[in-house]
Amino acid sequence: MKYLPLIWAGIWRKPVRTVLTFLCVLVMFLLVGALHGVNAALGDIISSMSDTRLRIQSRVNISEPLPLAHLARIERVGGVEGVGYYNFFGGYYQEPTNTFGSGAVDISRIAVMFPEIKLASEAIEKMKRTRDGVVIGEDLAKEYGWKVGDRIPVRSSVWVRKDGAPEWSFEIVGIFGWTNSLPANELWMNYDYFDEARTFGNGTVTLYFARIASPDRAAAVSDEIDRQFANSTFETQTQNERDWIRARMSQAGDIGFFINAIIGAILSSLLLVTAFTMMQSVRERIPELAVLKTYGFGNASVVSLVVGEALLICLVAAGLGLTAAYFAEPPIYRLIGAGGLRLPWSVIGAGFALAAALALVSSVLPARRAQTLNIVDALAAR
Amino acid sequence: MGTFKQIGAITAMNVRSIPSRVGASSVVVVGIACVVGVVISVFGMSRGLTGALRDSARPDRAVVLRSGASNEASSTLAVDAIATIKDAPGIARTPQGDAAATAEMMVAVSMERKEDGTKAGVTVRGIEPASATVRPEVRLVEGRMFRPGLREAIVGRGASGEFKRLGIGDQVPLRDSQWTIVGVFESGGDAQESRVLVDEATLLSAYQRTASNSLTVLLASEASFDEFKAALTTNPTLSVSVERETDYYARQSKSVNQLFGFVNYFIGGVMALGALFAALNTMYSAVSTRAVEIATLRALGFGSTGVVISVLAESLLLAFAGAAIGAAVSWLWFGGNSFAMGNGTSSLVVRMQITPALLATGVAWAVLVGFFGGLFPALRAARLPVARALRAV
Repeated sequence: MKYLPLIWAGIWRKPVRTVLTFLCVLVMFLLVGALHGVNAALGDIISSMSDTRLRIQSRVNISEPLPLAHLARIERVGGVEGVGYYNFFGGYYQEPTNTFGSGAVDISRIAVMFPEIKLASEAIEKMKRTRDGVVIGEDLAKEYGWKVGDRIPVRSSVWVRKDGAPEWSFEIVGIFGWTNSLPANELWMNYDYFDEARTFGNGTVTLYFARIASPDRAAAVSDEIDRQFANSTFETQTQNERDWIRARMSQAGDIGFFINAIIGAILSSLLLVTAFTMMQSVRERIPELAVLKTYGFGNASVVSLVVGEALLICLVAAGLGLTAAYFAEPPIYRLIGAGGLRLPWSVIGAGFALAAALALVSSVLPARRAQTLNIVDALAAR
Repeated sequence: MGTFKQIGAITAMNVRSIPSRVGASSVVVVGIACVVGVVISVFGMSRGLTGALRDSARPDRAVVLRSGASNEASSTLAVDAIATIKDAPGIARTPQGDAAATAEMMVAVSMERKEDGTKAGVTVRGIEPASATVRPEVRLVEGRMFRPGLREAIVGRGASGEFKRLGIGDQVPLRDSQWTIVGVFESGGDAQESRVLVDEATLLSAYQRTASNSLTVLLASEASFDEFKAALTTNPTLSVSVERETDYYARQSKSVNQLFGFVNYFIGGVMALGALFAALNTMYSAVSTRAVEIATLRALGFGSTGVVISVLAESLLLAFAGAAIGAAVSWLWFGGNSFAMGNGTSSLVVRMQITPALLATGVAWAVLVGFFGGLFPALRAARLPVARALRAV
């Protein structure tokens, strides 16, 4: 620590160069943080998906409905402990761009289906009594400033009401959250109410969910469920939730690969920039370093001065860049349809580790040079 | 010596000395190559996407949906409504004298992608015979047209290339039956090429439906839109909305455009900023290492214009080299690639469009970065007090 003033003086020897290097590292870490944040968020979503919950959809396509009659037959399959169902609603608020996850469910089956839910039992009871009642996720509530007791007009991009009304008016009876890190941004309505009001597709659902005791049985139970409906008009395709989300994400294009390619390109050019800046700065100061050595500074001290300078610049700049990324990230998540998430701390941690690695790697050559310099030659500027 | 000769001499000297400063110079080249490569790839992707959607649309076509529906998937049009709409004025005629209108039903089927075997949705669309007049851009390039009444289909070139088992002779499983693919069509690389087309009446009966999703008409002329729209919206028996096809597609691609707009300008902008700082840094260093050399030149009588321009020229040259590398890499890596974007129910097969105009845009970004990266260091070099710089020896 007592060398801090020396390091500080070294940093400000060429202010323009330092400021430019600093800014360069800062903006690049803003980008690295923001991009890595997208990857990390996708990874978080995958790992928080259940592998004891099976997802049953039409074999043809998710947009093909399944009849409600499947319910009893799925419940009879060995190994299935509980079944719930979900009908896609495609809701949006005021503008078609304000979409959020929304679906029609049987609320009494929710707790069985989603043990990770935080929802008061009074809210469930109230929802059963209120035909047009809905429960909403806490992040959705926060986004639009909705409270329990509010009546909200929601439009659907899919379903048209029999009575011709353009809007579905719902009363909020409860707000739920998740025990894991996933954002709670869905709206759930009563299936019975929804099914009665819609013009087409009555008596069908988009998805069934089946709970199983252990992930080891997922494959066997899935096969058994699909076998029930093989060669019927409504064949099913059953997957555990984690496999499903993994496949779904690879469908949106090779985002992960693309992001990593950009991060790689950024980091390698950054390494080049800082390494050359450091090398040049040390080269220019060879006589000064020789003076320090003449005063009795050991090799280790001189090396630590050089490395400390690089560390200080990189860590502070990366810190600011990552802070900027932290604030820039929520709108990015909203844009990719994962609104409500925050930049994971692991990304910040990884960012600092990368910054430290960047500083160390880029100061290896200059530090070596400082360590091996010959005092007499250096003082003579030979 | 004339100013131009001076500029020429100093610039040539500068450029010849680049190899001895190869490390610092490569910072600019690599940094700018990365920016240009990323910017061109991302823009190429988004151009492919918006191009596919835009090219599908024509202003003299109109899309009719049930009123209140925001897209085809959520719209239903019953048979009697369709008949009424086809009688409306302003519609072009087929060679047989029928209304150039095609009522269409859409379903989706999950197919495996060739690349990694994951499943993604492909849209299957029923079309009516008049479709040949409504969408003349759809041309069969292999096989034959499907025959109405039979469970046959034709497939777009894009979908056929992206997915397994979508070639001639393959069977597409729809609800309870297999449909045989008998032909492949092209439509100029637009969104339609991501679809499978079948006969509308056959599809309706297979799904036991009586309502289509939407109706597309070819207007007698672009100007007939108002007449057509007025006839439908004032008809009390109809409850439909009418949009020009161009407006419909623009609305559908709005959110995707927002996403790509952000990706383009955020990633491209931040990377360009980073490259600018790197270029400034390198050029400042170049000027400071060569302070003595520059001062000597000025002492010899070279003007400051020559010095400024020589530094700028060096910076631009490096930027240009970087841009060329970045453009070449993105061209070789992504040029002509296609990728599928999907949302679970349907996919759009998009071809990367790395056009000469786009490459020029990338180079323009680089030149901008190179110019500003060189400008300030150049000015500093010109202002360097000669005496003090020489004393530093």
